[in-house]
Amino acid sequence: MSKTLLDIQNLHAEIEDEGKAILKGLNLAVKAGEVHAIMGPNGAGKSTLASVVSGKDGYEVTDGSVSMDGADLLEMDADERAKEGLFLAFQYPVEIPGVSNINFLRTAINEIREYRGEETISAKDFMAMVREKSAVVEMDPKLASRSVNEGFSGGEKKKNEIFQMAMLNPKVAILDETDSGLDIDALRIVASGVNKLRSENNAIIIITHYQRLLDYIVPDYVHVLADGKIVKTGDKNLALELEEKGYDWITDEINA
Amino acid sequence: MDTVTISEKVEKFVSTLGKPLDESRNSAYQHLLGLDFPTSRDEYWKYTRVGKISKGGFKLPTTQSERINLNDYIVANDYLVIENGIIRSDISQYSKLNFDIEFVDGESVQQFDNKVELNKDDIFTALNDAYFSKAVQIKISQNKVNEGPLQIIYVEQGEGFVANNRIQIIAEKSSSNEIIQTFVSKDGSSNFVNHLAQYYVEENAQLTIHTVQNQAETTSLVSTTQVKQEANSTFRINTITMNGLLIRNNINIAVEGQNCETYMNGAAVTKGKMHVDNHTFVDHQVSNCMSDENYKYVLGDQSTGVFNGKVIVRQDAQVINAYQNNGNILLSDQATVNSKPELEIYADDVKCSHGSTTGQLDEDAMFYLQARGISKDGAKQLLVSAFINEVIDSFSNPQLIDLVERLIEKEHGWSF
Repeated sequence: MSKTLLDIQNLHAEIEDEGKAILKGLNLAVKAGEVHAIMGPNGAGKSTLASVVSGKDGYEVTDGSVSMDGADLLEMDADERAKEGLFLAFQYPVEIPGVSNINFLRTAINEIREYRGEETISAKDFMAMVREKSAVVEMDPKLASRSVNEGFSGGEKKKNEIFQMAMLNPKVAILDETDSGLDIDALRIVASGVNKLRSENNAIIIITHYQRLLDYIVPDYVHVLADGKIVKTGDKNLALELEEKGYDWITDEINA
Repeated sequence: MDTVTISEKVEKFVSTLGKPLDESRNSAYQHLLGLDFPTSRDEYWKYTRVGKISKGGFKLPTTQSERINLNDYIVANDYLVIENGIIRSDISQYSKLNFDIEFVDGESVQQFDNKVELNKDDIFTALNDAYFSKAVQIKISQNKVNEGPLQIIYVEQGEGFVANNRIQIIAEKSSSNEIIQTFVSKDGSSNFVNHLAQYYVEENAQLTIHTVQNQAETTSLVSTTQVKQEANSTFRINTITMNGLLIRNNINIAVEGQNCETYMNGAAVTKGKMHVDNHTFVDHQVSNCMSDENYKYVLGDQSTGVFNGKVIVRQDAQVINAYQNNGNILLSDQATVNSKPELEIYADDVKCSHGSTTGQLDEDAMFYLQARGISKDGAKQLLVSAFINEVIDSFSNPQLIDLVERLIEKEHGWSF
């Protein structure tokens, strides 16, 4: 049996300044080789889950635990979580003028390698890797030398997220609404990139509002997140059902 | 005869310096005694208190003959060393350089003052006029292009000196050259560097001045730069400040001929209780000119920054493009900045813009970088370097950029 890569138990979290509880006892176990989709209505806590797991400031975990491959993530800064092998593909990738994609990725890779006690990457190997991995998402390698996301189209930004995922080769990747703002061609390319990165050794969590992306990246499990908890789990057919019937029937089912 | 009431502060300040020995300085000295140090009631000095300077107790330097190892700071083949305001030709080398360099006082200096006027009411100018040792006068002859660059290394040594640097440069018609000024410290402390520069840029000439300021953290620097531009000329001045106690840069540019271009770039990277104040003034007196200014501050600890950029477009100066930008990043809750752009426009066919932004490092960008595995410090460095790189790039000379990057690493622990 493959090992559990991400283990979330009874996670309670609130927004720091407001004290408003968003996650209310969320449980999720993701094993190596698996793809999980998390769906749910707006405001259910999907993006908060991504933020809390990846270590963004502004949230307070009031109870529960998150561990990745045995390491306690909640004790770590965001960069340490990434160094341990966590990756977050942002819903809204940030534009960072003046910082080149290449420069920042090389800094990241070398910090990660140093953390793991490995040798830093040579400029030559790094550039070869950039060429190879940009092909995964059919991204023009020239984009890699531009400032991070600056002036990128919506599709280019999302391709850039998956390109970075390919470069960093994470254990656990969380894709937060990666399908939002993508036209059908870009969606197909991004999804095929993600499929190429699926392996027996990693796990992928897809947070999405719509079923569309799941036609291309077929999940092993589909979870419904509502009111801060996973309220229903099924296979890919659950996503189709949600697409057809909306979310109300589930919330009704729970309240009943 | 009028009786002059001498301010207590000025009297105390000159008491440790004595009367200038040279008779010819007597009128400058008398003029100085009629002035006073500015206070925060003075609009031009509103955000910069000069108590650290006006407290006095400084002594005049004497001629030294020890060798000084400046290898870490030399970035050009030709360099002139000035120690505590005194020219050290014995440890300089510029013989192959095709500039006329002379060390002068008296009438030659005054003749230059007639070309590029000084603000006689400014106490630091008056102080310099009364006490400078010799002025460095550089003539870049007509049509001389890409000589050098010449580097002038102003080095402070010892404790409690006032260094009155005086430099006068004329870039003759159709010449095009660069001068690098580096202000550094070799075991210096608690000094006061009073720098006075005059640049005359003749018709069709191009003059670029790069200035790197890295004083001791207990040393103050007041730098006053007076510039006059004739028609079709280009003047560029790039300034970066990395260490010092109180640093005040005044740059006053009179654009007197048409079709001129004027560029001012500046950066300040601060720590501790540093105070860095850049005051620039561009006086567009005639038509068809452009000026472009960009100053960026990265302020740490309890440091303070001041930016005041003033542009005047005179009534008959039409078709002027004047751009001004000031951006500030506060790295700590105790750091402060005062930013004041001033545009005074009396002509009607003019394009002017100014922008000023102050903020902390973009938290979303910080998180984005951290989420890719870059430590908080590393992410900070990337964002700070992205922020000020456009100013550092304006230094264009690779050896100089290397020096700037080394000094930023040395003073602030950031590698770019």
